[in-house]
Amino acid sequence: MPKTKKALKRARSTPKGRQVDPQALEDIQKLLESAPRRRDLLIEHLHKIQDRFGCLSAPHLVALAAEMKMAMAEVYEVATFYHHFDVVKDGDAPPAITVRVCDSIACEMAGSHQLLHQLPDLLGPGVRVLHAPCVGRCDTAPVAVVGQNPVPHANVEKVAALVHANALKHPRRDSTTPHPHLDVVTPGHIDYASYRAQGGYELARSLDGGAKTRDEIVAAMEDSGLRGLGGAGFPAGRKWKTVAAGPAPRLMAINIDEGEPGTFKDRYYLERDPHRFLEGALIAAWAVGIDEIYIYLRDEYHGCREILETEIAALRANPPYAIPAMHLRRGAGAYICGEESAMIESIEGKRGEPRLRPPYVAQVGLFGRPTLEHNMETLHWVREILEKGPGWFAGHGRHGRKGLRSFSVVGRAKKNNVHLAPAGITVAELIDEYCGGMLDGHVFYGYLPGGASGGILPASMSDIPLDFDTLNQYGCFIGSAAIVILSNHDTATQTARNLMKFFSAESCGQCTPCRVGTAKALTLMTQTSWDQPLLKELSQAMVDASICGLGQAAPNPALSVMKYFPQEIK
Amino acid sequence: MKGAAVTFTLNGAAVSGRADESLIDAAARHGIEVPHLCYKKGMRPDGNCRTCMVEIKGERVLAPSCCRYPTEGMEVTTNSTRAVASQKMVLELLLSDVPETSYTLNSELDLWAKRLSVGKPRFASRHQPVQDISHPAIAVNLDACIQCGRCVRACREEQVNDVIGYAFRGSDSKIVFDFDDPMGESTCVACGECVQACPTGALMPAREVGKIVADKQVESVCPYCGVGCQLTYHVKANQILFVQGKNGPANSSRLCVKGRYGFDYVQHKHRLTRPLMRKPGVAKHKDFIVDPDNWSDVFREATWEEALAFAADGLRTTRDTCGKRSLAGFGSAKGTNEEAYLFQKLVRTGFGSNNVDHCTRLCHASSVAALMEGINSGAVSNPVRDVARAEVIFVIGANPTVNHPVAATFMKNAARNGVKLIVADPRRSDLARHATHYLQFNPDTDVALLNAMLHVIVEEGLVDDEFVRDRTSGYDALAENVKAFSPEAMAPICGIDAATIREVSRLYATSKGSMIMWGMGISQHIHGTDNARCLIALALSTGQIGKPGSGLHPLRGQNNVQGASDSGLIPMFYPDYQRVAAPAARERFETLWGTTLDPDPGLTVVEIMNAAKKRQIRGMYVMGENPAMSDPDVDHAREALAMLDHLVVQDIFLTETAYLADVVLPATAWPEKDGTVTNTDRMVQLGRKALQAPGDARPDLWIIN
Repeated sequence: MPKTKKALKRARSTPKGRQVDPQALEDIQKLLESAPRRRDLLIEHLHKIQDRFGCLSAPHLVALAAEMKMAMAEVYEVATFYHHFDVVKDGDAPPAITVRVCDSIACEMAGSHQLLHQLPDLLGPGVRVLHAPCVGRCDTAPVAVVGQNPVPHANVEKVAALVHANALKHPRRDSTTPHPHLDVVTPGHIDYASYRAQGGYELARSLDGGAKTRDEIVAAMEDSGLRGLGGAGFPAGRKWKTVAAGPAPRLMAINIDEGEPGTFKDRYYLERDPHRFLEGALIAAWAVGIDEIYIYLRDEYHGCREILETEIAALRANPPYAIPAMHLRRGAGAYICGEESAMIESIEGKRGEPRLRPPYVAQVGLFGRPTLEHNMETLHWVREILEKGPGWFAGHGRHGRKGLRSFSVVGRAKKNNVHLAPAGITVAELIDEYCGGMLDGHVFYGYLPGGASGGILPASMSDIPLDFDTLNQYGCFIGSAAIVILSNHDTATQTARNLMKFFSAESCGQCTPCRVGTAKALTLMTQTSWDQPLLKELSQAMVDASICGLGQAAPNPALSVMKYFPQEIK
Repeated sequence: MKGAAVTFTLNGAAVSGRADESLIDAAARHGIEVPHLCYKKGMRPDGNCRTCMVEIKGERVLAPSCCRYPTEGMEVTTNSTRAVASQKMVLELLLSDVPETSYTLNSELDLWAKRLSVGKPRFASRHQPVQDISHPAIAVNLDACIQCGRCVRACREEQVNDVIGYAFRGSDSKIVFDFDDPMGESTCVACGECVQACPTGALMPAREVGKIVADKQVESVCPYCGVGCQLTYHVKANQILFVQGKNGPANSSRLCVKGRYGFDYVQHKHRLTRPLMRKPGVAKHKDFIVDPDNWSDVFREATWEEALAFAADGLRTTRDTCGKRSLAGFGSAKGTNEEAYLFQKLVRTGFGSNNVDHCTRLCHASSVAALMEGINSGAVSNPVRDVARAEVIFVIGANPTVNHPVAATFMKNAARNGVKLIVADPRRSDLARHATHYLQFNPDTDVALLNAMLHVIVEEGLVDDEFVRDRTSGYDALAENVKAFSPEAMAPICGIDAATIREVSRLYATSKGSMIMWGMGISQHIHGTDNARCLIALALSTGQIGKPGSGLHPLRGQNNVQGASDSGLIPMFYPDYQRVAAPAARERFETLWGTTLDPDPGLTVVEIMNAAKKRQIRGMYVMGENPAMSDPDVDHAREALAMLDHLVVQDIFLTETAYLADVVLPATAWPEKDGTVTNTDRMVQLGRKALQAPGDARPDLWIIN
């Protein structure tokens, strides 16, 4: 009798690792229908799954990876990068309703922590309450978002009412479900027909017809002094020239990912006059020789997305002339994607990690092509500048500065809103002339001249002209012109902590100085007594060695506190 | 092409560089070291760790020297107070988040911290993740991870196994396997490239062998497949601790799971250490189960003198009584060239016949037959890595991601770089995901598919007329022959629609360089030679051979199947494919070896087994092969072997074949001997002895001699 051998280890019935589940694959194939499976559409496809199933389950993600011929890790690393995707590996999906409460600076000043504290118990286990970074409605702080339905001036009653009514979508003008602030969130906009009726797209059409030369238009843009209004302030005309000099095909990427806490100017214009920037984009496309236009809209702006979808469709259906292809791409909750190269990565369907420069986006941008990247508001002004002449725009300004700025003013002044004011205006003038003074019971204490990253200045320095370049000597900058007004009820320290927490949470995680630096700085800033030498040393390395503006600017608030508010951290 | 020469200033001194040489490399060339972690030579620089920051005059912030290139007149400072402060702060930040004791003896983080005198970090540590030891070969210690992404690049950009990702964001960012699964449960194929890439020991060989100081490092070649990867054995007390990839021409420091982790067999307790002789009265029968633990049921130990004398006597007696052609020998595609040469010489001169063969017969012999007939060369026309210079790669009947993993990495790299990859295989392999065209044709319809491609090439005028005119013969017959094989006619047979056949035919024929790679899916057929003939016709009719990135490449299986054939371990050829049947060749070898040789080709592997069954073969010497296990009809092979009067087996384990032997000679494993092997590219590489053989096992060369 032969002896029995040791039983062999039973072979696996499938290869190692997660396998495609046939049912999940069928779900995905049905959902995607005939949509292309190109990898740059990954985020768009993830949105479809999230919207349809309320989360991204592991079997669906495996199936999506197979369907798109991508590696599982590639899909997973993108899905877990963005706030608005709920990846569920094993176990239960999240509750059907998610309430996001903004805890960025303006909302925190307006008491969002109270909401975050009270809502979970009040709404019960069927509703998930999450902290959210700035949702771009700081003028109506505190803000909550029920599903995709924004709640300005939020309190627990308003939120609970919308939750109970299951009102999870951004309301339309004709919505029958009651909304506490319909006129605020959906003010109504100039649609395609009205815009055309008022002479819209005539300029773009005339240029396409040869009314003026490209050089004339670029020269006019240069003469107007219009600079990039997303924050970097690069002269628009010069950018057009640079990109036009690159080899075709050239692309355009329009940045509507305004996530800088305190900023909501893009949304303001988009909610009212969406075709103005589209016409600006068409003019730029004509002048620069652009083949395709990509529009990247932050996912928080659900109302704007619907407007854009409708209006772009109307424009496409009945174009004033043969216009270039336009693609609307949806962000997924990531502040960093407001950084131009991170946005480009995101449009390509990847994690929003900023690229190293050089090469610059104008040379090697979207899909490796020369790319004209513009903030939406920059394009918003193109038509008016060209119609009224470059002198019109340059003719505005104060204290020796030129042009107009859309200041998003929030915090302790009376009128929180977008104020279109001359470049170079001081904060004192802005509060007096545009905001109707400080709130009752509040004494002006200090201000953030440029959102979360532009530093903090004390009230004693309220006479500095607010514009590009004027604040650099103080370690600050204007950025996207989001002005946060602090009062005697606030401290610079608490403000700086809030901002560092924001940067730490929004760091993409790519480079050491930012990923580790923001976390370590936050720890240091949480101490009652700051280790100032170490914090300064760390800050210098973050400024010097971070890849992008996020990490480079993240120490600004802390540095400002040490420089201008030393009494707070003794 | 080299970048333009530039002159720039480095730490105050004017230096010369090139526009395509990074600042960090240029600095290194001038003897200036800049600390770096995410940068590793040979990998795409990523510039994420920010340890290599340098100051460039006129720039607002510092620049990563691994990702920046000099321009004329640029002023670069690597050692300014500002640059060094940044370099040190980054190191301190990373140090604050890793354990005090390293998992590796070669932590690059510790090294640079020491060189830059970075003291104990002043920051509190992060919340640390737990260790993942779910994988048998690799320990994952993410508490030591500095998120430099070298493992991601190793897994995704070098090996293209696509398992490792960088997920989540900010300080939650982490290295993940698939969906942040335990490594052992992920789709990881354990190539170990990530371990080799990791600078801090966050990924290490399992069981902490990386913390042991090796006695010596021995450079050698991988003993597994035909790719021929060079490697380095790290040896301690006559044991291999771990293996690392060495920068060889075929592998660029890459290895696969076999080469990197498959060395434990050397130390297996079932290794043969003494010559064994069959006990009197223990009968041979085809039905048995090998039981190495109870070898003494069948064998007894013997001295080398006794065993060798017995082995030789038995063979001599058989030869002298039953004739020269009653003996046969099986060599091995896993031995060295030197062993193969000596073995065939022994059979031809000692046994006196050409009855010598090896497993190539069941492998690429059909490809070799077609190649000898078509281009008079029984090997590849160009190396695997030529795929990088191709425009089209046509892989048919091969599963290289599994069988030639490192070769597959270069194909996947090429595909990622835009080379068109056409994969034709009835069985969907991993490579299909990377393919631009995947043709899942019906099994056994290779000729239909390939002739349809030839039809398109002829019909659509895609033939390289000049090449055909100057360098080929018989084209007209080929053109006539494929007339009946239109894609439309063949589509129902092979299961690939005509449009696709036409498209891939055009791609293949019209590209600047097209390479064909094939494996057992082509050769292991009753008409394997026909399949290979079709491929050769494709290459010759379109001129896709003999220029960069074009050619014919049968992916060879064993590490030395090419060399064993080249050395003459085949019945119809002397070394260097000199025909046995050609009198001139025979005379040459008769002179060389000083003896007369059998003028007729010998029997093949299959024929020898049949002859043994018919008692025409009575004695055999089998070196390093196991036909009782690997022949197609195992029952038949065992029966044949059991019928031999005398069987000598030389091996390192008591194999199924050894179980039927009269005498078993204990040989050395690959890391225990010196010798050369020839890889699939037909490149001869030297294997070096790293270990002492166990017990009384002897080198194969010594045994044959």
